[in-house]
Amino acid sequence: MIISVRGLRKDFTVRAKAGRFRRERRVVSAVDGVDLEVERGELLGYIGPNGAGKSTTLKMLTGVLVPSAGRVRVCGLEPVARRTRLARRIGVVFGQRSQLWWDLPLADSFELLRHVYRVPAAAHAGRLARCRDLLGLDEFAGRPVRQLSLGQRMRGELTAALLHGPEVLFLDEPTIGLDLVSKQAARSFLAELHRAGDTTIVLTTHDLADIERLCERLVVIDHGRVVHDGSIEALHARYGSRRRVVVDLEAPLAGPPELPGARLESVAADGLRLTYALTGATAGEVVARLAGAGELRDLSVVEPDIEDVVGRLYAAPTGVP
Amino acid sequence: MGFVIATETAARQATIWSHVRICASLAAAGFRRYSTYRQATIAGAATNITFGLLRTYVLLAVAGGTAAGLAAGYDRAQLTTYVWVQQGLMVVTLIWGWFDLGDRIRSGDVVIDLLRPVPPVLAYFAADVGRAGYAVLGRFVPPVLVGALVFGLYRPARWYTVPLFVLSAALALVICFAGRYMVNATAFWLLDTRGIDFAWVLASGMLSGLYFPLRFLPEWFTLTVWIGTPFPSILQAPADVLVERVAPGPTLLIVAGQAAWAAVMMVACVVVQHRAERRLVVQGG
Ligand SMILES: Nc1ncnc2c1ncn2[C@@H]1O[C@H](COP(=O)(O)OP(=O)(O)OP(=O)(O)O)[C@@H](O)[C@H]1O
Ligand SMILES: [Mg+2]
Repeated sequence: MIISVRGLRKDFTVRAKAGRFRRERRVVSAVDGVDLEVERGELLGYIGPNGAGKSTTLKMLTGVLVPSAGRVRVCGLEPVARRTRLARRIGVVFGQRSQLWWDLPLADSFELLRHVYRVPAAAHAGRLARCRDLLGLDEFAGRPVRQLSLGQRMRGELTAALLHGPEVLFLDEPTIGLDLVSKQAARSFLAELHRAGDTTIVLTTHDLADIERLCERLVVIDHGRVVHDGSIEALHARYGSRRRVVVDLEAPLAGPPELPGARLESVAADGLRLTYALTGATAGEVVARLAGAGELRDLSVVEPDIEDVVGRLYAAPTGVP
Repeated sequence: MGFVIATETAARQATIWSHVRICASLAAAGFRRYSTYRQATIAGAATNITFGLLRTYVLLAVAGGTAAGLAAGYDRAQLTTYVWVQQGLMVVTLIWGWFDLGDRIRSGDVVIDLLRPVPPVLAYFAADVGRAGYAVLGRFVPPVLVGALVFGLYRPARWYTVPLFVLSAALALVICFAGRYMVNATAFWLLDTRGIDFAWVLASGMLSGLYFPLRFLPEWFTLTVWIGTPFPSILQAPADVLVERVAPGPTLLIVAGQAAWAAVMMVACVVVQHRAERRLVVQGG
């Protein structure tokens, strides 16, 4: 296991105003007993609503925040105690912070990182060439970082995090604020990196397309606790999200038919549009039966929506007593 | 895409030499970073020169009012040199106006510094050496040239004075860096550090010999401040070394005192950083 976390907790003491002069001390459990095992080469989506404790977890995994309790090993090292040593073996992108030298050209930052991480020149050049290729860095590599757009800078950040060939890459909202094209670029870059197989990636994001496109395994946390750990399919199964068949009819039916293996979800457009959720039957069976009942004008099959299921997950009470 | 992972670098042992190389490249980056702001350099140098003129005339007036033409034992040439060298040194050591670390602690960007494979104090110091290098060219040379042209400067009589001054100035940089670093690092504990910033500005201005040579004050006071605080080691000491204010023996003692303060301050700095990391709460998501 390249990442192994057991019973990880972080409590923050916050002082809040309570009344005119009194200040109340309150303990916030940002991370409340997280267990996590990640194997080498996995691409893990670590998601949850705002304030769930994702960034706090990543800070503890990277050694910049001392846990309140629990045991953490990343690359076999205890992150806080071995922080500078671990730094050589991990790459980190915090979406809203920059690790580049603000006043220097992007290319200079890369060169500097080569020295700071003591990367052999050939390995550095090879990785940089690949990043330049996949992320299209060439048009702005000569410009000072402060003059780059957010999307350009983020491509620079991804590159910077990878130049020393980290074993684990931690990404905290790397696509935040990017346009569609930049997001696509970042996504296919990560997919490519994952396919190569030797980099473990932990990705935190609110962009569900990132998750759908990239993550085989999803760990969902809420209020500092893991509420789901498994594949996207498992999540759908658990929350009963189904594929749907939507048909448009030429004329309304007397009563929408009950179909075995499918549940009528909605009737719209004055009875002209029916939506069935598939609970066992195939889309073909449902369509065939409906075609028998009346004339169809149009039909579509809707895949389960991750937005939907994640939304339900976030809204659900988490079983916290 | 065959992103070979880092086993080859992990296996490389960290040697002193590799740390020197890392520091050299960070220093070079510090130099380039400041050299991108040419206009700020020119404006800053102009301000320094203006204040240099003021300080010189005040000190010369003091000296002119005494029978021997000496002020606290400095003659005219020594006084002008004292002033102009300090005008440059105060920027080289950056006695005032450094908030980089404190700002990064407040914003939480300090995580980026902590995620590098170099201890933060070392990385910041290396960058600061680069900055100081640029300051020597852009901020030390111009006022010293102006001082030389307008007033003439003191010519050292001892052969080793200039190299000793360079050493003394380097130690001053170390001491001042460590002081600034610790002042900034209080942001790890206090979210509002303005009081401490202000105390530093006040103490470093008064006690470093910047406002006036400390030797203007009673001897017991000067001695206490010199031994008991790092401030005289920042500006008074290098200036005194250069103008050969005291005999060779005491001059060496001054530099030895600086070395001791440099060691104490750097150790304190590392300890402060270490404690900060243990209780660190990084701000921001
Ligand atoms: N420095 C801090 N001091 C006090 N409380 C904090 C601190 N940092 C985080 N918290 C609290 O810890 C909880 C988790 O925060 P965290 O930043 O980990 O959330 P997140 O899952 O990353 O959320 P987001 O999706 O909004 O980035 C929040 O309730 C937050 O208010
Ligand atoms: Mg966050």
